Amino acid sequence: MPGESPTILTGAQALVESLERVGVDVVFGIPGGAILPAYDPLYDSKVRHILVRHEQGAGHAAEGYAMVTGRVGVCIATSGPGATNLVTAIADAYMDSVPIVAITGQVVSAAIGTDAFQEADIRGITFPITKHSFLVTDAAEIPHAIAAAFHLAATGRPGPVLVDIAKDALQSTTEFHWPEELDLPGYHPVAKPHSKQLREAARLIGEAKRPVLYVGGGVVKAQAYDALAELVRITRIPVVTTLMARGAFPDSHELNLGMPGMHGTVAAVGALQRSDLLITLGARFDDRVTGRLDSFAPEAKVIHADIDPAEISKNRVADVPIVGHLAEVIAELNSLLRAADLPDYGEWVRYLTGLKAKYSFDPQPLQDDLLSPEYVIKRIGEIAGPDAIYVTGVGQHQMWSAHLLPHERPGRWLNSGGAGTMGYCVPAAMGAQVGRPGAVVWGIDGDGCFQMTNQELVTCALNDIPIKIAVINNRSLGMVRQWQTLFYGERYSNTNLKTHLVPDFPKLAEAMGAVGLRAETPEDVDRVINEAMAINDRPVVVEFVVHKDAMVWPMVAAGTSNDDIKIARDLAPDWEGEIL
Amino acid sequence: MNTHTLSVLVENKPGVLARIAGLFARRGYNIESLAVGPTENEDFSRITVQVSVDSQLVLEQIVKQLNKLIEVLKIVELEDAQAVRRELVLIKVKADPATRSQIIEIVQLFRGKTVDVHNDSMTIEATGSPDKLEALLEMLKPYGVRELVQSGLVALARGSRSLSDRAKIEKTRPAARLAN
Repeated sequence: MPGESPTILTGAQALVESLERVGVDVVFGIPGGAILPAYDPLYDSKVRHILVRHEQGAGHAAEGYAMVTGRVGVCIATSGPGATNLVTAIADAYMDSVPIVAITGQVVSAAIGTDAFQEADIRGITFPITKHSFLVTDAAEIPHAIAAAFHLAATGRPGPVLVDIAKDALQSTTEFHWPEELDLPGYHPVAKPHSKQLREAARLIGEAKRPVLYVGGGVVKAQAYDALAELVRITRIPVVTTLMARGAFPDSHELNLGMPGMHGTVAAVGALQRSDLLITLGARFDDRVTGRLDSFAPEAKVIHADIDPAEISKNRVADVPIVGHLAEVIAELNSLLRAADLPDYGEWVRYLTGLKAKYSFDPQPLQDDLLSPEYVIKRIGEIAGPDAIYVTGVGQHQMWSAHLLPHERPGRWLNSGGAGTMGYCVPAAMGAQVGRPGAVVWGIDGDGCFQMTNQELVTCALNDIPIKIAVINNRSLGMVRQWQTLFYGERYSNTNLKTHLVPDFPKLAEAMGAVGLRAETPEDVDRVINEAMAINDRPVVVEFVVHKDAMVWPMVAAGTSNDDIKIARDLAPDWEGEIL
Repeated sequence: MNTHTLSVLVENKPGVLARIAGLFARRGYNIESLAVGPTENEDFSRITVQVSVDSQLVLEQIVKQLNKLIEVLKIVELEDAQAVRRELVLIKVKADPATRSQIIEIVQLFRGKTVDVHNDSMTIEATGSPDKLEALLEMLKPYGVRELVQSGLVALARGSRSLSDRAKIEKTRPAARLAN
């Protein structure tokens, strides 16, 4: 305001004022020495601070919040170990392009570089796993750093941004100036796709005989799912949705072939391998999708659209590269294709839907008198329905969840895809519930994963965050055990968690202020799920005691070709049974 | 392996070099030489980096990854024919009264300079293209090279345009209510 005298604030006040100005409503964190000045003004702020039990939990909660709201999630920690505890969550957000801002305290600027108490070069440590980072040693720079951090996290390819603030910068006073412009001269994300490339893409689609829409998490991040649905309506091209894109297109749609990759469906893997044109939207040819790269989709030309130019032709050379925001890319492609005379892909679609029908999977409740984990997960999905938010850990339960839950709508499926972070489930579910207080949030976790971060149930109990966690207890690190079964001669080195002895999961849950339930028979399953659904005033943990020998199928062994997919041990699908 | 010279205009801020060096190390790209220094504008530094790559695709990937760094403003590849390329070398060579004048003659041939002389050694300064300095070194080796230090390559494109002309340097407008 011209004429008005500038407001004088401490750096800490400037930080909180900046967070309010960018619209932050909630942050997850733990105070400590170096960040302590910031916690004083935060005490009076309208920004809600949720006191977690471990900084990793704060980081994953920020991710969970960001994934369900589409807004930037925020976590706060102190210097040294506080900051390094965030590293796993920051790496996770980087791999899955989740917009979060991590704010860390740093030792006073005069002590930086002296191995001071609780000093860690967190900016240096996180260089490889952040989109960008700031080290702020001057209170006057705090507003710009915060504004820039949120802008960077949310725009272009989203990702984590770290703001490390020296304690003396928080304590000293400064004139508060909110930046009208951001000084980021090297940052120009391209949103508008090149029309020549789009025309070329439309031309290839018009010439293709066996096209596939290879849809990745970018479609969810860009909120381009309506445009995608329209693209499928116009073209009738079959769709595969990667682990990160589950829900971007409804699984119930006849043209959705499911998830591709190492544990993909036969139809989705077969579609990619036999395709003559991959229309790649916000996916990145990850090794878990391609299998051995030189035998991946050998006959396909590739259209690759992504907001990040560095993803294009990184793993697989694109014939038509398109850099742009997917909502714009797909919308413009739609208007070109609407006017085009497209071939009938009917024969191709019939082949793939034939595979889909032939290799569909309906789990039975029991295996050797013990609950089958697939059945349990399927029932949770059927009872909680497609509007619930589902969060998983990493491993077998994650893969079964990717296949068997009702993935009908976007923004309701959270998991750690790129990083594969065990321990993601409970804190991410907490963040998702905070972001969507009215939603039903189910965490589906393994007994291994759950024991890594379950202490955040205490946070949930104390802050009215009524998440529901299913612990799929197979007494082992199931996915690792599966590999030992298949590739290490059934030598089960250190995968037996002995969770039939300790911990007692329902008791552990009760001790943390949650409701603890257990299911051991098919009759128990629906009862405990319904019981959990009826509880809305506190977190619930349901232990499902399941068979330990269940394996995730189909499977493409690591380092082999997708053509060698197995639908059970030593059993390959019958590709030729259907005539193309 | 082919060597390429990239000229990278970056913001003059602490940590930029660490980001770039870390990127090369992390992704397994080979740096042959690297030179950093101020530019005509105090807000920017310029990094000249020589990389050796197997294919054009790897070079493209390096450029794309560098471009993702927020503090990188502009990258151009300087092709040999379209750029002036120079390195600086300081060579301490054994020299007694008998060989001194021979060495001085060689140095003059390469338009180098003698910058320090001792009883049994002299230090030569020379600048030039990598090829020329290589040739000079070959000539001096028989006398006994005691110590050698070489700068990274610096290079400028020929013609009147500058790298900062080619970078779109402008402020970015903040999106309204970013977190919402």
